[in-house]
This record gives sequence, structure tokens and C-alpha cells, in this order.
Amino acid sequence: MSIMTYRQALNDTLRSEMLRDENVLLIGEEIGVFEGSYKITAGLLAEFGEKRVRDTPIAEEGFTGAAIGAAMLGLRPVVELMTINFSLLALDQIVNHAAKIYGMFGGQARVPLVIRTPGGGGQQLGATHSQNIELYYAFVPGMKVVAPSSPADAKALLLAAIRDDDPVLFLENLALYNTKGEVPDDDTPAEIGRAAITREGADITVVAYSRMAAIALEVAEQLAEADGIDVEVVDLRSLRPLDRDTVIASVKKTHCAVVLEDDWLTYGIGAEIAATISDGAFDWLDAPVRRVAMAEVPMPYSKPLETAALPSAEDAATAIRQTLAAVARRA
Amino acid sequence: MIDILMPRLSDTMEEGAIAIWHKKPGDTVAIGDILVEIETDKTTMEYEAYDAGVLHTILVPEGEQATIGMAIAQLDDGSSTEPTFQPAPAARAQAAEEGGGSTAAAATHTSPPEVPIAADQRLLATPLVRRLAREHAIDLTEVTGSGPGGRIVRADIDDALARPSSTAGASTTTGVDAPQPTTVPTALDDGRQSTAVPFDKSRQVISRRLTESATTTPQFTVTAAADVEDLLALRVDLNAHLASSERPKISVNDLLVRACAIALREHPEVNASYSPEGRGQTLLHERVNIGIAVASDTGLVVPVITDADQKTASQIATESRRLAGLAKERSLGTADMSGGTFTISNLGMYGVEQFTAIINPPQGAILAVGAAQLEPVVIDGAVQIRHRMRYTLSADHRIIDGALAARFLAALTKLVEQPLNIIA
Repeated sequence: MSIMTYRQALNDTLRSEMLRDENVLLIGEEIGVFEGSYKITAGLLAEFGEKRVRDTPIAEEGFTGAAIGAAMLGLRPVVELMTINFSLLALDQIVNHAAKIYGMFGGQARVPLVIRTPGGGGQQLGATHSQNIELYYAFVPGMKVVAPSSPADAKALLLAAIRDDDPVLFLENLALYNTKGEVPDDDTPAEIGRAAITREGADITVVAYSRMAAIALEVAEQLAEADGIDVEVVDLRSLRPLDRDTVIASVKKTHCAVVLEDDWLTYGIGAEIAATISDGAFDWLDAPVRRVAMAEVPMPYSKPLETAALPSAEDAATAIRQTLAAVARRA
Repeated sequence: MIDILMPRLSDTMEEGAIAIWHKKPGDTVAIGDILVEIETDKTTMEYEAYDAGVLHTILVPEGEQATIGMAIAQLDDGSSTEPTFQPAPAARAQAAEEGGGSTAAAATHTSPPEVPIAADQRLLATPLVRRLAREHAIDLTEVTGSGPGGRIVRADIDDALARPSSTAGASTTTGVDAPQPTTVPTALDDGRQSTAVPFDKSRQVISRRLTESATTTPQFTVTAAADVEDLLALRVDLNAHLASSERPKISVNDLLVRACAIALREHPEVNASYSPEGRGQTLLHERVNIGIAVASDTGLVVPVITDADQKTASQIATESRRLAGLAKERSLGTADMSGGTFTISNLGMYGVEQFTAIINPPQGAILAVGAAQLEPVVIDGAVQIRHRMRYTLSADHRIIDGALAARFLAALTKLVEQPLNIIA
């Protein structure tokens, strides 16, 4: 076990997987000589050479398509899209090719592709570069979407994604890269499609993923200390497949839930979770499921407005308190 | 539509009563506007709007109570064009009739605030509650909902769940064919011609806390008497000086507060509380905050003079006068009544010779003070007529033993009999 940043966990894992399997290769913009816009691929060009760490032109559709072709023929490409916003340029390749080839062609070829890409706002990158559109991919059968919230999960889920035989969108987050945590030394992959209860609690279930799952833990500790509220945190880790059982089991225990998400409220991940709870735990619910999400605006550039638009720990705490007030347990 | 919920305005508050609505349905509400005055167990407080909009419905009218978290009004902030509930004053009774429910629940003193439920709307209960009600044969029309808009939530059926056998029986009596009580239960007619006066908030708290104190604390009492001739003389002297500089007079009680504070400083084990943590603990309080029991028009209140050991007698006099004034106006704030470590109850002004008081939990002791009265006393073999005062300490035996209580009273008596030490 060692303490390291989310960024370092990703870098170490890419390296160890490239050492383990010579079919693993990296492809993307500025990942080689420049070592990645967020330095996730630092040192890898020097160690593995141009054949396995490919800098590309600014052409997301082209290099994502090339990676799909490489995957069909047995390589295990790990694409870096500089941010998830640029995945829109490769949308057709991802949705219409990567996700569908296995099913459309009778299982003749699998697509063991990983697309690593960070989402998230909060960096004053403006409306087009601050989105959380992982939902677009979680919506598509044939895709897998994972979203680690801690350095340990960054490692375990990246190991799982690279070793998975289906296309996996691996969601990182700009605000998480510098967060630190304990990371196991052994290379045990996570099970894709399995959520984690990162904090056990009795009073209320908080469901979240990626950055908001980290916030959920913070808020849970604050509320435990300040108000004696015992929050159970479910970190989804995987948006598709979605671990509905863990969410439902938790709500059956606590009887109420709040969902935290960085994406927009309407049609968001939280809506799917709320529907899941309604389907699976209706007779255990003591309050409506509440959602905390981003303001429904294109992300403002202005710092105060950007901060206001993003869901905060305070927003989460308020929703939790209000939900508990509604079940007459705490104000 | 936003539900305005009954806020928690003090640590001990469990429910609040609506004193005055400052807005009526249809009024525009700006953030920061005073919406309502709420009477809590301790005081009456103003409650401001946190959201802007138009007040749509008042769910809890003036004079009615609501538990913390219950919706007391709905504010239309434009977020929904459909109000959650249609106000329909007559609907509740109708709903009860249709559901075969008894109206008896509404006649008890814990009757819920009138929650308007439109005739076409079903009884509000969460899915969890509905399932548990099915499984335990609980008649939900008999249950008071404390959730938003009167929704029945899990917490509301705890009692019913706790007595599984009787609920099944009880629910059968509320079936459609069962005879229904048509009138409010008659007043007790046992020859005493009683009138029931419902407890107000503060009476409810006094009742609950003192019952708890008297039934769960092993209390014992120790009484002492002091010669207060010098104390009374000193007070006359002091007040003559204070009057010439136009400062407020000092009462005997102010001097006693100060004397107790000094005696508590000397015996910190009395300035303490019992705590059940671990296998039991004595919580020794660093600060000496003395509560003074005040009989105001609105009931018994105990404002607290903080750090009484560090204040002069005239500061204590000023402070107690201010607190008594606030008590009279019923505007003591929560802060004025919190954090006490010891209480003095003085009935001397009524000529009471001596009495015992019940400990004000979670404090460890309370001093009951009688009147200064002229008594024959034997001094140096001769009978003299002197002013004497009796006071009785009630102490929590879990943390204070008899000898300690006696030593504390001895220290107090020494101060009272040599009063320059009180003001020195």
C-alpha cells in the first residue's frame, strides 16, 4: 500500500500494463513528447518508444477509429481524449462502431478498447470544455463506462478496463487528478459493474460517482460530526453496467436517498438512479429521492458563476438535511 | 413550490407553535422578510424567509403546533405551476368519513395541524409506511403525519409498530361498519367540575424535564442557616453608594449569586454534571454559569448569568435586572438560557422559610433560598434577635456526596456571614 495521487496511480498503471502485455499501446493528442495535457502519460514515450506511445494529429474521429481497428485485430489500445468534450468529434466512431461491432457482426471481432478522458468543470475552461457528458456513452448498449473517484479505484478500474474485451470509456476528472489516497501495490483489477459502499451508514443513502463520490464522503464525515447524521455512501464506480442491486439494498436499509452528480439534472444519471430505486425499493422508501446536479446552463466562464453552477458539498448537505427532515428524523 | 418547514430553533426544541403569521396567502415574500413568529419551548422567535416568492398556503394556523421538519406553509417560487396540495378546509373531515376513519384522533390534545387535503387526494403516506401498515394492520387514517404537508412517514408509526397485537384489534374498530364516535370525548365529569388547561410550550418542557430529573436522578438535600445581619447591612451601604452614582441597586439575591459563584470556584466538584458516557463520568465545568429561576407571567424561566465568578456584584445586579426584564417581555433568547452549571431558586420574597428545589438537568445541584427572618439566636450565652436565612442544596448523588454538599454549604455560609468576602 502506498499513498499517491490519482494522476500517479493512472501513470503507474498504464506503465505496468504496458510492461505486462506488449499489445497495450497508447494513442492520442500530445501524449508522447508533451507527456499528456494532464501528464498522465509522463515518461512513457521515453520508456516504450513511438511504436507504443503514438502522438496523433488533432483528429479525434481519425485516431479513435484507428484504435478501434487495432482493437479488432487484437491489440489493446488505450486512447486518450484530452477532455471528454472532444469525444463529441469521435461520437460516431464510439457509438456506431466501437459499441456495435461485436453485436452487429455476429461476434466475429471484439473491441478491447479503452478511451481515457477527463470530465469536469471548475477550471474556468468555459462552456465547451467543462462538460460532464459521460451519460452519452453510458446510454449506449455495447459500451462500458467506469468512473473512479479515488486513486485506488483509478488503478483497479484502469486495470479492469484494459483487460476487458469490450470498449470501455474510462472517465477521469480534472478536479481529482491531484487528490491523494492509498493505493494497493498488487495488480488486482476491479470488477466492472460493481459499486462500492465507501462509507456505511444507517440514516440515508447518498449515491454518487467520480468527483461527487469524493465530495459525498467529505459531506458524510462533516454531517456525522456536526449533526450526528449517519450517511451511507454508494460510489457507483461503473455507470454501465450499473450496479442496481447495491443501490437498492442500501435504500432498503436507510429508506431514503440523495443522488449527487456533476452532470445536468434533467435526464441525468441521477434520474436513472431515482428510477432504479423506485423500481427496486419502492416499498422501502420513506421520502422522495432527491438529486443534486449542475445548474442547467452552459458552464459560465466567470469564476463566481462557475462555482455557483457546480454542485457543492453545501448543496449536498442541504439536500441530505432536507430529506431527513422530510422523514421527521432530523432537521 | 417550496415547503416552509418548522425550523429547529433551540437544542431542546421538538415542536413549535405558530404565534403570528406576518404574511398571508397571496403576499409577496422577499428573502429576509419575517414570515412568522414561532413559539418554542424557550421563547418566541422570528423566522425569516430563505426563498423569495408568493406565500401560497398556510398549513399551520396561528396557535397550532408543528413538529420540527413539518411543513407549515407553502411558498410559490414559480418552480411548479401545480401546488402540491389544493387547500380545501372542509376536506379533511370528508376524507376521514370516506376512509371510515375515526374523528377521535383530531379531538386529542396532540391533534395535528389542519393539513388541507383535497377531497380527491388520497391520504399522504410514504411507500414504506404503506407497506408496514399493510403488514402490521395499522389504520393510517388514525396516524398523524409529520412529514411535508402532513405526509405519514416511518417515524410516525413507531408507536403503532411497537404494539403489534393491540393495533390489529384497534384497527378493526375503525372499519366502515364500526360505530363512530360522533362527539368530542366529554370532559371529565367526576364531581370536580374540572377545566382542562392545555400545557403551553414552556409548561410542556418544564413538565418533561423535571419529571426526568425527579424520577431518574438520585437527589438528596442538605439545609444550612446563615446569620445575614451583616449581609443586609452591607447591602444597605452598597446601595446608598450606588444610588448616589445612579447605578442599579443590588439585591440580596445578586449577592447570593456572587457568593455561590465563589463557593463553586472553591468546590468545583459541585459545579458539575453527571454524564452516562463510558461507565459514567463527572463533567467538571470550567465556567461558573448560574441560572436564576424567575417566575414570569408566561411561566417559569431560568436565565443564566455566565461567568458569575468573574463578575462584580454590581455587574451581576445589572445583568440579572436585564434578564428579568427580558423574561417579563418574553424575549429571552436561547443564548440567555443556555449553558447554566448551577441554579438558584429564591422564594424569600414570599416569606418562605425554607424549601427544596428539583435539580435543573443536566446540572448537578440547585440551591433553594428562603427568606431572611428575625429569629432569637443564642450568642455568647445571651439571646439576641438576628436576621437569619435558610437555604437548601439539592444535589445529584451520582456525582456529589453528602460531605461535599456540606462543605460547599459551609463555604457559602462563611461568605454570607462575612459578606465583605463576597464583594472583595
